[in-house]
Amino acid sequence: MSEYNFAFLDEQSKRMIRRAILKAVAIPGYQVPFGSREMPLSYGWGTGGVQVTASVIGPTDVLKVIDQGADDTTNAVSIRQFFARTTGVRTTERTDEATLIQTRHRIPETPLSADQILVLQVPIPEPLRWLEPRETETRLMHALEEYGAMWVRLYEDITRSGHVEAAYDYPVVVNDRYLMRPSPIPKFDNPKLDRSPALLLFGAGREKRIYAVPPHTPVKSLDFDDYPFTVETWGEPCALCGATGVFLDEIVVDDKGGRMFVCSDTDFCGRRRAGDGARRS
Amino acid sequence: MMSDADRPLLGVRGLTHDYGGRLGCLDIGFDLWPGEVLGVVGESGSGKTTLLSCLSGRLVPTAGVVEFLTRDGTVVDVLRMSETARRRVARTDWGMVHQNPRDGLRMNVTAGANVGERLMAVGARHYGQIRAAALEWLGHVEIASDRVDDLPRTFSGGMQQRLQIARNLVTRPRLVFMDEPTGGLDVSVQARLLDLLRSLVAELGLSAIVVTHDLAVTRLLTHRLLVLRRGEVVESGLTDQVLDDPQHPYTQLLVSSVLHP
Repeated sequence: MSEYNFAFLDEQSKRMIRRAILKAVAIPGYQVPFGSREMPLSYGWGTGGVQVTASVIGPTDVLKVIDQGADDTTNAVSIRQFFARTTGVRTTERTDEATLIQTRHRIPETPLSADQILVLQVPIPEPLRWLEPRETETRLMHALEEYGAMWVRLYEDITRSGHVEAAYDYPVVVNDRYLMRPSPIPKFDNPKLDRSPALLLFGAGREKRIYAVPPHTPVKSLDFDDYPFTVETWGEPCALCGATGVFLDEIVVDDKGGRMFVCSDTDFCGRRRAGDGARRS
Repeated sequence: MMSDADRPLLGVRGLTHDYGGRLGCLDIGFDLWPGEVLGVVGESGSGKTTLLSCLSGRLVPTAGVVEFLTRDGTVVDVLRMSETARRRVARTDWGMVHQNPRDGLRMNVTAGANVGERLMAVGARHYGQIRAAALEWLGHVEIASDRVDDLPRTFSGGMQQRLQIARNLVTRPRLVFMDEPTGGLDVSVQARLLDLLRSLVAELGLSAIVVTHDLAVTRLLTHRLLVLRRGEVVESGLTDQVLDDPQHPYTQLLVSSVLHP
């Protein structure tokens, strides 16, 4: 362990990132610029999340890393090993054991508690990016709370397909003020953001932005009065553990059109099958 | 206590803009009354567009005061109010019709969304009501209701200009700035658009400032006229009076330059 500083980043960088995190917590949903560092993994693999995790992790933390709900995919395994090697902290696959969870594309099915921090990896932090290409202009729109363009997009979606087309990264308003991208989590997970007891931190490494949803902060998914926000539902329970009301992945099982739907959250599904009484959110 | 009708909607004093050595406009002052349509004429480069930009707060002039009487009866200083407050006034009480509809429309979203945008920006959150308002306003500007889900780029130039007008009027503004509203349209479409504008202005009791180089437009549309030359007002008065009996040599030149087929 002597080759690296604790959690890889040098202390000055961690302090800089912690200052950005404090500011982000103070202004829920506001994107705080920070001096993103080169990390030993490529952009798009979670450089933002890794830097946030590295800055908040302590020797007594228990770390869990999720990729698309799973603990055993390449991205999750390598980030977990990275922190195990550079910090020596205990790692886990159990949501309820972890104090710090870095995740990509999912929020765990097991409800989070007040002593946990969830770190989300963000590819594109700016919710107005595809509506307004100029960064100077989007910052002004945030400052003046001018979100008409986003509403125009929702209107267009309904006009074209009868519902809002966004299925992931569904835009939300944090604390009745800032429009925020919740990172590419399915809209199924959006309700879990609302008044979450855990601290939610969002890190975008390439775009050099950090933002946060502090505990118990209201987070509202945008919708129209006559087209209310809804989440995905499945006609069948999980084929492995039988859970309903959870996010299911479709898995193709043969080349004859066979398929099954299973829990995307592997920890949740595994513990239910083991009879470990994992609670459903 | 004066009623709102006794107070000018827009008061302009000593408005001067200097583009670093080149003069945009010099010491312009006038009052615009509720329901009045003011024309600003002059040749290219005479400062018409500079004046319009200064009035609507998009350009900060070197000197001068622009005061606007808001809906709730308070007078605000357009040039010194906060950006937030100015944009709020611009969204609700003002409209801006550009010469080129592409500058005033979102070309990649449907006509309905174009009209609904201002409503959503000021807090409308009911899709059905927004759509109904869009359909109503398309009707006012004589666009068939079955075009509500079409993109503006499939519209003709005249329709685009009418769509732009609908988009501006949907929040019932009290003051509309128009920059060459009929420029770039052929004459028969121009005539229809002028007709429409005239009836809308009369129906809604709108005030408007119309910048144009086309004297025929001012004759039809405006009550009062400012003649601008090199950034200065050289003559002002009732439209018919200025056009029929021009006093200043430049106005005389302008009026006599109009071709009659």
